[in-house]
Amino acid sequence: MHVPDGFLDAPTSVATGVVAAGTVALALRGARRELDERTAPLAGLTAAFVFAVQMMNFPVGAGTSGHLIGGALTAVLVGPWTAVLCMTVVLVVQAVLFADGGLTALGTNVTLMGLVAVVLGYGVFRLVVRLLPPTRGGVLAGAAVGAFLSVPAAALAFVGLFAVGGVADVSLGAVAATMGGVHLLIGLGEAAITVAVLGAVLTVRPDLVHGAAHLRRAVELAPRPVVAPASGSTR
Amino acid sequence: MGAGHGGALGAVYVPGSSVVHRLAAHVKLVGVLAFALVVVATPVGAGWAWAAYAGFLALVLGAAAVARLTPRRLVRGLAVEIPFVVFALLMPFVARGPRIEVAGLSLSESGLAAGGGLLAKATLSVLAATVLAATTEARELLRGLERLRLPAVLVQILSFMIRYADVVSGELRRMRVARESRGFRPRHLGALKVLGPAAASLFVRSYERGERVHLAMLSRGYTGRLAGDPAAAVAPAQWAVGLSLPLAAAAVLGAGMLVG
Repeated sequence: MHVPDGFLDAPTSVATGVVAAGTVALALRGARRELDERTAPLAGLTAAFVFAVQMMNFPVGAGTSGHLIGGALTAVLVGPWTAVLCMTVVLVVQAVLFADGGLTALGTNVTLMGLVAVVLGYGVFRLVVRLLPPTRGGVLAGAAVGAFLSVPAAALAFVGLFAVGGVADVSLGAVAATMGGVHLLIGLGEAAITVAVLGAVLTVRPDLVHGAAHLRRAVELAPRPVVAPASGSTR
Repeated sequence: MGAGHGGALGAVYVPGSSVVHRLAAHVKLVGVLAFALVVVATPVGAGWAWAAYAGFLALVLGAAAVARLTPRRLVRGLAVEIPFVVFALLMPFVARGPRIEVAGLSLSESGLAAGGGLLAKATLSVLAATVLAATTEARELLRGLERLRLPAVLVQILSFMIRYADVVSGELRRMRVARESRGFRPRHLGALKVLGPAAASLFVRSYERGERVHLAMLSRGYTGRLAGDPAAAVAPAQWAVGLSLPLAAAAVLGAGMLVG
């Protein structure tokens, strides 16, 4: 769910807008390191992928379906900075073209889904990957934990913003419990989808997965055994 | 998170030649943003708040009428609000403060006001943004964002995303048609075994398309900047027309504050 206009008061919206602008500025520099001058086309196409895959409905049981949010998955696939840019671009398009998420709340949405979800998801991923042996299973486990935690983390960040600048008099404990509980469930779905997608990419094109770079082994270059030329050669 | 976000980008714009269509994109962007700010700034608790909301609604519907948008298009734009409506409807039940009985339910007064206010504000802003999206081509919107000093690289990423979003979504749709014509029905979590690799191949295809696009750009002399025509100057009259919506809304707000 994107935060609409008028949900948070003006100071909070402005503050998150400043945070979002700073994050995007940093991400623009960081993405250049990840993708060099290919940033624009590759980040653009990855954003188009995120946009499309958010429309894909995955059944999660009991007749309900959910869709991927994709912050952690994108960070593992293309690197955290590019992922921040991709999520930001998707949110801008959704706000400007589909009125999904308010224009004045754009900074809030970028902070929650671009910054908190991606950075926390990727941070947890790196931590888990470091603790586990460098295998495909380790990468998938890291992505699962990162994706799972990124969703309730964004929800709780939202509750925090709501506590600071919410316009309704609601008991915070109740909001935190409800949002946290619901988003733990959504996080489970996010983790399952992330693992399914990432596992398949690792099978087909492991070289494309930024978060699995440590699994790639350099091709060993061994000197070809030299056959000594016969003494009676024509050369 | 039931329904997914978005839809076909091409279906957003409604071609036309009204005054609203002809305004420069960045003027419209500023106008809609300022309108949303005025709407958000209206205090929910004030007694005249609902009169102000009615005034804002009349203004934004007036703008839609000038742009010759059909009610259907506006309602379609409002569909994004649905998950949020659920949240706003919960508000009277969970908020604190004095409670009133409505049809046998114990509701919080402040929660009712807050939920209603949130719903009104969100609806008004969504309507304004829908008018913007329906009267401005995606490419024009990008140029508008560029003129509002959005970083050039971000604008380039946005332009690639908008250009290829329908291509990538189209691949996704064809993959779904192919799956379903072979009898696949996603029913439970086991479907992830099929849907996961589908999404994965979509990523691989998108990324490889990005690499091909980059090579094609390089072979056409891309140096990291996209060439564009110099932006035409915008006459003050255009600004006056574009800002009439937020200015009128601000007048409504001011009148409410004076009277109330």
